[in-house]
Amino acid sequence: MKRALRLIGRRAVSSIPVLLIVVVGTFFLLESASGDAVDAYLVSIGGGDAALMEQLRRSYGLDRSALSRLGLYISSLLRFDLGWSVAFNRPIAGLILERLPNTLYLMGSATALSFAFGTLLGILAGARPGSLRDRVLSIGSLALYAVPGFWLGLVLAITFAVQLRWFPTSGIETVASGKQGLDRVLDIARHLVLPVSALAMIYLALFLRLMRAGMAEIWRLDFVRSARAKGLARRRIVLRHVARNALLPVVTMLGLQAASMLGGSVVIESVFAIPGFGRLAQEAVGLRDAPLLMGIIVVSAVLVILVNIVIDLVYGLLDPRVGASERPA
Amino acid sequence: MPSLSRRSLLQGTGLLLASTALPSWSFGQDGPSGGRLVVAADSEPRNLNPAIVASNGVFFVASKVIEPLAEADFEAEGGLVPRLAVSWEGSEDGLTATFRLREGVTWHDGEPFTSADVAFSAIEVWKPLQNLGRIVFANLDSVDTPDAHTAVFNFSRPTPFQLLRNALPVVTSVLPRHLYEGTDIAANPANAQLVGTGPFRFAEYRPGEYYRLERNPDYWGEGLPKLDEIVYRVLPDRAAAAGALEAEEIHLAAFSAVPLADLARIAEVPGIEVVTKGYEGLTYQLVVEINHRREELANVDVRRAIAHAIDKNYVVDTIFLGYATAAAGLVPHNSVEFFNPEVPQYEFDPARANELLDAAGYPRGDDGVRFSLRLLPAPYFNETRQFGDYLRQALAEIGIDAQLVNNDSAAHQQAVYTDHDFDLAVAPPVFRGDPAISTTILVRSGTPAGVTFSNQGGYADPELDALIDQAAETVDTEERTQLYNELQVKVAEDLPLINVAEWGFITVARDTVLNVGNNPRWAVSNWADTALQQ
Repeated sequence: MKRALRLIGRRAVSSIPVLLIVVVGTFFLLESASGDAVDAYLVSIGGGDAALMEQLRRSYGLDRSALSRLGLYISSLLRFDLGWSVAFNRPIAGLILERLPNTLYLMGSATALSFAFGTLLGILAGARPGSLRDRVLSIGSLALYAVPGFWLGLVLAITFAVQLRWFPTSGIETVASGKQGLDRVLDIARHLVLPVSALAMIYLALFLRLMRAGMAEIWRLDFVRSARAKGLARRRIVLRHVARNALLPVVTMLGLQAASMLGGSVVIESVFAIPGFGRLAQEAVGLRDAPLLMGIIVVSAVLVILVNIVIDLVYGLLDPRVGASERPA
Repeated sequence: MPSLSRRSLLQGTGLLLASTALPSWSFGQDGPSGGRLVVAADSEPRNLNPAIVASNGVFFVASKVIEPLAEADFEAEGGLVPRLAVSWEGSEDGLTATFRLREGVTWHDGEPFTSADVAFSAIEVWKPLQNLGRIVFANLDSVDTPDAHTAVFNFSRPTPFQLLRNALPVVTSVLPRHLYEGTDIAANPANAQLVGTGPFRFAEYRPGEYYRLERNPDYWGEGLPKLDEIVYRVLPDRAAAAGALEAEEIHLAAFSAVPLADLARIAEVPGIEVVTKGYEGLTYQLVVEINHRREELANVDVRRAIAHAIDKNYVVDTIFLGYATAAAGLVPHNSVEFFNPEVPQYEFDPARANELLDAAGYPRGDDGVRFSLRLLPAPYFNETRQFGDYLRQALAEIGIDAQLVNNDSAAHQQAVYTDHDFDLAVAPPVFRGDPAISTTILVRSGTPAGVTFSNQGGYADPELDALIDQAAETVDTEERTQLYNELQVKVAEDLPLINVAEWGFITVARDTVLNVGNNPRWAVSNWADTALQQ
C-alpha cells in the first residue's frame, strides 16, 4: 500500500511538466494553423461583413496577442478552470463531462474485450507455436489489424444494422426515448455493440500477437525446460510458466493502448455518431477552438497518466521483481 | 385580390399586395396528423437564433419555431405567402415600407405578438446584428408602430422594395421583444432555448445527440401543424445518415446529407424517395474565383481561355451526377426575376483556349507548360473538391500547370479571403433571391479583406461598381431588373470570376412523409403542413 501511494505521489509530481509541455505545444500547434475561430464560424454561417468579424474577434478575445491568451489560459488552468469554449459557446468543463462518459464506455469495453480475447487467443496460438491453430489465428488477426477502422465500422453497420437490423445504426442511445434505469442501460449497451466490436477487433490483433510472440520466446528458456523435465502437466506449464511471464509486455501494451484508443475512437465515434471525446477533439480543431482542444488534451493526458499508474501497480503484482527495484537503495 | 400575372407584377411599380386568401398550405389541411418525424441534422449551430444568424444550418431547426414576416412559395403572387405579416407595400420613393401584421398570434410563452416585436427585431437585431440584415437594412432609420398590427419601416436612403420583398423569408425572423429588451441580445439564453410564434415549440436539446421540437397547440394556422414532434438526430457522418434512413431509424435527410453517389442505390430501396424539389430558393453556385493581382490572370484573354477550357456539361454530369445545371452567368437560371440568358457564353473549346493563350503572349515552354498557378478548392462540399481535381486536369490541357492546395475550412477562409494567398479558388456562394443580398459582393471592389464569399481577388472596375451602386438604390422594379441584366452581361464579358454550375440540394425521405419539398425553401421553412402517414 505504501508503495502504491509513493508511486502515485511521484507520478503526480512528474506529470506536471508533462502537462505543461502538452498545453503549450497544443496551443502553438493550433496557433500556427492558418485561420482562427472567427474564420471557422463565419464559414459555417455563410459569411459576414468586416465589422461583424471585428466584433466577433473582440468578443472571442482573439484581438489579444497569442502569448497573453496562453498566459490567461494557463493561469485559469492553475485554478482548475478549463475556460469557455468559443465554438460551442459553453463552459468547457461541462462539455467535456458530457462527452467523456460516452468515450469511456466505448474505450473501456473495447479495451477490455480486445485485451481479454487477444490474450486468450494469444495463449491458444502460443501454446503450440507453429501449429496450424497458431497460423490461422495469427493470419486472421493480422488481416483484421490491417483493415481501416472506419471501413470495418461501416461494414458492421451495413450488415448488422441496416440489413439484419439486430442493432441500431448509430447513436449512443435511442433519441428522445424517455427510457430510464435498466431500460436505458440496456439501450446504451445495444447501441455500443457495433462500435465496440469494431474497435475491439482492430486492437485484438495487437494483444494476440504480443502474447503469442512472448510465449514463443519463453518456450525456449531454461526454466521451461526444467518444468518439463520435472514432468509438469503441459497445461500447467502453458498457463503458470509461459503465459504468466509473457503477460508482462502485454500489460505494458495495455497502458500504451489506452492512449491510442482515445485517438482511435475519433473515427469510430464519427461513423457511429457517438457524441464522444474524439469527435469533440476533431470539432475543436476544425473550429479552431484552442482552449477546448487544450482542455481535451489535458483531460486525456491525466487519464493516460492514471491508467499508467494502475498498470504499474498491476505490474508489481504480476512480477515481484518490479516491486523490488522500486525500493530505495 | 388583383389578378396580375407574376410577370406584369414585376413590371409594376414595386407595390405589392400579398394574397391572404389562398395560403399555399391549404391543400395540406386534410390528411393524416400526429406522429414524430425524425430527421438527420449534420451540424449543431453555435447560435440557433435565426434573427441573428440567417444561415441554412440555423433555419433548418429554428424556422419551425421562429417565423419570418413572409415565406417563399411556388404559386403565390410575387412568390411569397404571408406568415407574420398579412400584407406589405413599398412607397414609390423607396423610403418607407408598410407591413400589416397578423392578429391573434401569441408567443410560445403566451404573450401577444404585436408590431412592437417587429420594430424591436428590426432596429435592435436585424440591422445591427444579423449577418444578412446588416446589408438589407443598412439604411433603416426607424420603425413606426401606428397601431399594434402595423409596422412602417423608414429608410434614410431609397431602398428598393423588390430587394426587401425578396429578402423577407431570410432576414425577417421576429423575436419576442419582452424576452430580449434590455438584455445582451447576443448572449440571451433564448438564443438557445428559442421562443417564437411558429408551429413548433423548442422542447429539448441534447448536444451531440438531438434537438426535439413539439407541437404548438396555440398556433395561428388552423389545423396546423400536422406533426406532434420533430426530432433532429445529429448524424455528422454521411454514410450514417443513409444507413439510418434504410434501417428506418430516421424519416428524412435533407441538404444532400445522403451523398450524390449513394442516391441511385438508395432510390431503389422500397419506401424511400429522392426529392429534388424544395431548394429553388437556396441555389448554390459553383464559381472559380480569380486573383487578379496575378499578372497572367489580370489579362482578360487568359480568363476567357480558362472559361473555354471548362466543360460545364461534363462537370454537371460527372461531378454532380446530373443534379445540377450548367451556369450561364452571375445569376442562376431559377431566378426567374433576374436571370438574363443573353450574355456572352464560353463554350467548351480547348483549341480556342490555346489560341487565346498563344495570342496573349504565354507560349508553351519546352515541357508544354505556359505557366503555373495555385488552385485552392473550397473544402465545404465534396463537389467543390472534386471540381478542383477536374479543373487541374482541364487546365493541364491548355498548358497551365495548377498546383492543388487543400485546406480545411478555417485555413481556406484565411488563405483566400484574408491573405489573398491563391491564384484560382473554387467557391460555392449562394444566390439568395436578389443579387443585392449576397451576389454583387462577389464582383464589386472595396470589400475589406477577411470577408467570406466576397470579391477578394483584387478585381476593380469602376463602371461595374457604379452599376451595382445604382441598382442598390433604384426603386423602380423594372429599371432595377434592367440594371442587373446589364451587370450580368458585363460580368460575362470581363469575367471577374467564372460561373460553372448551379445546384440545389437533395432530400431523401421515406414515402410516409407527406408534403416534402412543396415550397422553394422547404428545408428551411416551417413544416407546418408536413405530415406523417401512420
